[in-house]
Amino acid sequence: MPTEIRVPTLGESIAEATVGQWFKKVGDTVKADEPLVELETEKVTVEVPAPAAGVIEAIAVRDGETVGVGALLGTIATNGAGARPTREAPAREAPARAAPVRPADLEEEAAAARATPAPAGRPNQKTGTTRPIGAGPEQPALREALSPAVRKLLAENELEPSSIPATGKGGRLTKGDVLAALEVGGAAPRQAEAPPRSEAPAPAAVRPPAPPSDEAREERVRMTRLRQTIARRLKDAQNTAAMLTTFNEVDMSAVMKLRARYKDVFEKKHGVKLGFMGFFVRSTIQALKDIPAVNAEIDGQDIVYKNYYHIGVAVGTDRGLVVPVVRDADMLSLAEIEKRIGELGRKARDGQLSIEDMQGGTFTISNGGVYGSLMSTPILNAPQSGILGMHKIEDRPVAVDGRVEIRPMMYLALTYDHRVVDGKEAVTFLVRIKETVEDPERLMLDL
Amino acid sequence: MPSQYDLVVIGSGPGGYVCAVRAAQLGLKTAVVERWPTFGGTCLNIGCIPSKALLHASEMFMEAGEHFADLGIGIGKPKLDLPAMLAHKDKVVEANVSGVAFLFRKNKVDTWRGTGSIAAPGKVIVTAEDGKTETLEARNVVIATGSEVTPLPNVTVDEKRIVSSEGALKLPSVPKSLLIVGAGVIGLELGSVWRRLGAEVTVVEFLDRILPGVDGEVARQAQRFFQKQGLAFRLSSKVTGVDSSGAMLRVSVEPVQGGAGEVLEAETVLVAIGRRPFTAGLGLDKAGVALDERGRVKTDAHYRTNVDGIFAVGDVIAGPMLAHKAEDEGVAVAEIVAGQAGHVNYDVIPNVIYTRPEIASVGKHEEELKAAGVEYKVGKFPFSANGRGRAMLATDGFVKVLADKASDRVLGVHIVGPYAGELIQEASVLMEFSGSAEDLGRVCHAHPTLSEAVKEAALAAWWKPVNL
Repeated sequence: MPTEIRVPTLGESIAEATVGQWFKKVGDTVKADEPLVELETEKVTVEVPAPAAGVIEAIAVRDGETVGVGALLGTIATNGAGARPTREAPAREAPARAAPVRPADLEEEAAAARATPAPAGRPNQKTGTTRPIGAGPEQPALREALSPAVRKLLAENELEPSSIPATGKGGRLTKGDVLAALEVGGAAPRQAEAPPRSEAPAPAAVRPPAPPSDEAREERVRMTRLRQTIARRLKDAQNTAAMLTTFNEVDMSAVMKLRARYKDVFEKKHGVKLGFMGFFVRSTIQALKDIPAVNAEIDGQDIVYKNYYHIGVAVGTDRGLVVPVVRDADMLSLAEIEKRIGELGRKARDGQLSIEDMQGGTFTISNGGVYGSLMSTPILNAPQSGILGMHKIEDRPVAVDGRVEIRPMMYLALTYDHRVVDGKEAVTFLVRIKETVEDPERLMLDL
Repeated sequence: MPSQYDLVVIGSGPGGYVCAVRAAQLGLKTAVVERWPTFGGTCLNIGCIPSKALLHASEMFMEAGEHFADLGIGIGKPKLDLPAMLAHKDKVVEANVSGVAFLFRKNKVDTWRGTGSIAAPGKVIVTAEDGKTETLEARNVVIATGSEVTPLPNVTVDEKRIVSSEGALKLPSVPKSLLIVGAGVIGLELGSVWRRLGAEVTVVEFLDRILPGVDGEVARQAQRFFQKQGLAFRLSSKVTGVDSSGAMLRVSVEPVQGGAGEVLEAETVLVAIGRRPFTAGLGLDKAGVALDERGRVKTDAHYRTNVDGIFAVGDVIAGPMLAHKAEDEGVAVAEIVAGQAGHVNYDVIPNVIYTRPEIASVGKHEEELKAAGVEYKVGKFPFSANGRGRAMLATDGFVKVLADKASDRVLGVHIVGPYAGELIQEASVLMEFSGSAEDLGRVCHAHPTLSEAVKEAALAAWWKPVNL
């Protein structure tokens, strides 16, 4: 009766593997436990041994196919004598091969390495180099396995462990290593402003206790997660970008006249009110097309210029400020933009925004004018390189053709990341917006 | 048709049986050849195991006689039933050797009884007692034939009155007087056994100190303890002959530097001057396997002999003649044959002497460090200051930690005291990871335990102990 060759248990949370390479073909005679085929998973590469001695009768999967745990790989026609019961597969895994080995894989790798059955008699051809079993796998994560003396020295001298050459077993730091580094003076001090690696906010300065007469009148309320997240992101943005703000002002009279003339017809046809945001979004997109740097993002040493326009529109909710994104706003008509903004605003206030609603923005518009703000310096919505601040429209006397007239004016602010956007670009960007808002016909003519 | 194997191991002592079991676990088709009626080699049959059984039994006998009264246990003078004590030893040996047989069965290691000889690379011939031969074909062969007692010139061991360690483990009665040639580990352990059971013991040693290879201060302290227990020492002396014609043995002893000798009388003489590699019957010259100037099988860093496919481990090759060294080498060879990187760290092999107090050490001792010009710090802590030691009436001895002056790395740990052989293990683990004395001192040690003495000695080496 033929013996089945099945995919063994591959490891915690690994449900499938890709068939790598068959070492045997149909018709080959194999010994029990001889490796037959290689299975590749994201963590380790595993060799499947023959469950019994015999002749390969059939191969059910091809190189490159994906198989789940327990799937049939092939069958062996056993020759009767010497067939051994299939052993627990995890104990028979071949030495785990390179591939991105993450610290979490340490245990698994070490266990797999210790339990290897390699082909009898000849050196394991699969692993080119053999790892010293006694020494254990060399992993960067072992650097973080710090002995008590080492921890004390690092803390007292505020040293960064990764800056000290390690000579201990498996790449660990020894006390001697730290002492040597201190002598040489080469150890790098721990960066006080190092960006926090975890989600926890950097510890703030401890507030001195208030005098009892004041303390009784204090109310201590824990920050909500949302607020903590907002706080952290704001600080991150500030700490990363070279932020500054440039200003301009825009005469809203043309837009207001347009609105007055068409708002009923507009609402009747499109089912949505004609507001200002639509104009500003269209203007912004035009300006972004002219000044691509404002729609770009720094990634390491690269600047990523984006040829899509996902405009975030900041919405204040009673829980805090959120910025849902109008995706591909350049493909939307004014009405569609207004509709979308309306939807997102409603979702925001109802707390119904999803993660996708808020991801992927390339530029943000924030309107402080609804609260009465005349002028402000918005903070960038990291990792974006620009944010437009809209403000209160206020009638002001301005000079027009040599005469004083009362015009509805709005101050515009552009906070930008100077690492990506030049001063000239930032100023020009704002001027473009001013031009197209003051003269909406330009939008039609792509000017 | 000859049987075919991936690996054939000749010898089933600690080196051989461990190699075979590991090889089988790694998937190699393995066989073991053993010429004695039981498995386990010298260690299990006539070495480590039986001696530890007798050492324990005789120590209990001594405790009962000397310390029970202090603990409020009144039994009077205990009576020795030597046959029963030897029966205990035999039971322990039996359990261990059948344990090895079980391991072979469990791991499907084939066993062949008889003398194994290497006819040619890849071919082992097993000759049974009745002369019948079997030919085994092996892709790889491991020589694990161990060692035998080094004979003393002019002295013939008959295992009745003039014994080696083998005979000393089964003397039919407690000799009134026992003269031991050699103050090494075996001589002192067996000397302790018979001293506790009532024999007058004299130890004659060639060197000017006992326990060669052990830290000097440790050896001197140990000697004081043994002398307090009633062992007499004749250092810097050599035995030139034993006259067995009379009722008592007459041993001729001379000072090593020369001068007038003397004759010491003893009922029994134990020859314990050392052990030498055993390669008889292997056919090594025919197989072309080279030996070194001390008769040991020559191997490279991967336990390979000069002949492809033939390896050797244990007492038959160079290195300390310790069962655990042989075991680790056995594992290394099994891994190497299976295509992995087998490795033994010779810097961290502990050494245990099962006298009382027990003596254990790992790493370098002071003389070695001085000779190598290494600057080191010393931390010591006596068991008399250890709570558990006091509670157990086991306050003899001390722990000594040697650490590098600059890096504080622990270079050696030496323990004289209760359960030294167990206490030494944490030092081995620390040293494998290049730990410092401060590290050892900062690890939390349970209280009250004897191991706190290790912790305090480490603290002393690094900076200051608390409890002294």
